[in-house]
Amino acid sequence: MKVLTANRLSDGIAVWYADGGWAETVGHADLAHDKAAEDRLEALGAAALANNEVVDVNLIDADVVDGLVEPVRLREKIRAAGPTIRTDLGKQAGLEAIRAA
Amino acid sequence: MYRYDEFDHDFVQARVAEFTDQVQRRLSGEITEDQFRPLRLMNGVYLQLHAYMLRIAVPYGTLNGKQLRMLGHIARKYDKGYGHFTTRQNIQFNWPALSDIPAILADLASVEMHAIQTSGNCIRNVTADHFAGAAADEVADPRPYAEILRQWSSVHPEFSFLPRKFKIAVTGAERDRAAIQTHDIGLHVKKNAAGELGFAVYVGGGQGRTPMVAKKIRDFLPEADLLSYCTAILRVYNLYGRRDNKYKARIKILVHETGVEEITRQIEAEWQELKDAELKLPEADIQAINAYFAPPAVPDRPEGDQAVKLARLDSKGFSEWLDQNVVTHRHPDYAAVTISLKGIGEVPGDASDSQMEAVADIAEKYAFDELRVSHEQNLILPHVARADLKAVYDALVDIGLATANSNLISDIIACPGLDYCALATARSIPIAQEISQRFASLERQREIGELKLKISGCINACGHHHVGHIGILGVEKKGSELYQVTLGGSADENTSVGEIIGRGFSSEEITDAIEQIVDTYLGLRLNPNERFIDAYRRVGPAPFKEALYAGETKAA
Repeated sequence: MKVLTANRLSDGIAVWYADGGWAETVGHADLAHDKAAEDRLEALGAAALANNEVVDVNLIDADVVDGLVEPVRLREKIRAAGPTIRTDLGKQAGLEAIRAA
Repeated sequence: MYRYDEFDHDFVQARVAEFTDQVQRRLSGEITEDQFRPLRLMNGVYLQLHAYMLRIAVPYGTLNGKQLRMLGHIARKYDKGYGHFTTRQNIQFNWPALSDIPAILADLASVEMHAIQTSGNCIRNVTADHFAGAAADEVADPRPYAEILRQWSSVHPEFSFLPRKFKIAVTGAERDRAAIQTHDIGLHVKKNAAGELGFAVYVGGGQGRTPMVAKKIRDFLPEADLLSYCTAILRVYNLYGRRDNKYKARIKILVHETGVEEITRQIEAEWQELKDAELKLPEADIQAINAYFAPPAVPDRPEGDQAVKLARLDSKGFSEWLDQNVVTHRHPDYAAVTISLKGIGEVPGDASDSQMEAVADIAEKYAFDELRVSHEQNLILPHVARADLKAVYDALVDIGLATANSNLISDIIACPGLDYCALATARSIPIAQEISQRFASLERQREIGELKLKISGCINACGHHHVGHIGILGVEKKGSELYQVTLGGSADENTSVGEIIGRGFSSEEITDAIEQIVDTYLGLRLNPNERFIDAYRRVGPAPFKEALYAGETKAA
């Protein structure tokens, strides 16, 4: 399975394609289960790059764990969470704040 | 320190205006990412894993309080409250929005700073001995030469599109604290028999995937010929350096493939054409730049000896810090202080906004408003009266920056690694933190003695692992992080590239492996004065291999 990821042009924040737009967390990213779906995501990514919404667009491997999308490679896991040595920063900080609330 | 003249101010302001316009055109979609990428890189803006990264130049590592305070302000206002000091004596911010970068650059320009040439295939920030101007052992302050090189190389039209990036370092002492032999050009300021100043010139050093120790191509270059000779080197490189393969594009490969004798001949031939023309440095110009770096007028403070003696009795922490982080100054009443950015378990090279501001205050109050960033990712107060050392120490304790570990095993160089960097293949920082925690006991660290441990999270070697007494290189293997260990590297006047000791270690194993290496050293050193690097050079890798892998061989 694959998901489409990029960084937002204006602030560089990592984003994933989900539900017709770019989400700041990976959990609900659109999954491509086959080549046709991958092609569709790639086309959406190319269009978003051309439209100056995002940069550095890539299809990456992902799994579904407990109903949420998770990247496979460590690099992408860190992109999706934030620096492992500063868990107060990045996406994980928001998630922790939600859990704590 | 150097102050901008009218030309410098206008130039930096013009660049801020130009890049502001480029950012706006990018954000509005007028220019594409392919068009913008080289423009942003020329202004120090990278795209990393989580966000953009802005690398700001600290020329030859020299800062004043106002500048460091501005860096703290930027950290707080535009970033996430901290910055990362780098091995090029620069600082990086990890989270700036592209849309904020014009404002950041304008703020920097207001304190005579910028981010020009901190990326791209050009001549990068020229680095120098972090004790320059203060060291008791220097022949001359290397920074005026670094400044002359900075002026010459800034937007140099001929050298803005080199085959690859180009790094120059200058030291003014026999004891090399600037790692000049790991640079594209390394300059050692020295005097000839007649007492005239000049340079020993080294070319073709570098790290990355093909580490090379620079070759000395000239034992003495007269001071006035600095720019003509560097131009000759750059011309030969620009003409013959490889552009077909970025991994073979650095001058080290050209020097290696051409041979030292032949490349020296080419450089000397080119220099003959240049040496008596307009690049010859007029004495008056050298003096004018020297004047900017005139040492502060330090008054005699003979009460320092007594003050230090009493403070030592009063505070064990101060006494340890004094032994470890304070070095001799050319004036006997003064000292140079290393502010360790390597607190136990902290991120090497990181400083918070409030720490930066507090250090700026300390520099203004006690250190003639002078600061340095070291390539080992620490801050330096180059001129502190010994009588004020205790006050400086107390102020550093208050902000958590009084760790007494300069040159010890926990004074680790580490690149940002996979926690931030888009090129990294493994994490560096958590490994540095774990090792630092394992060796947290200062008593144990001091028993081990000087030990340079350096960690890179990929083969590009930003963490200088090749020249660590112990080097650690993180790679990705079958989806996991794997750490390769090299031993016997060194980045001083006896530069050497470390040797890979054997198979790599997992992230769970690596700290144990380092401990085993250290214990092996402690067991075989001739006496406590034999440093790790000296012991390694004496005995070679065998005892360390035996300690690390003997069990495996027997099992197999």
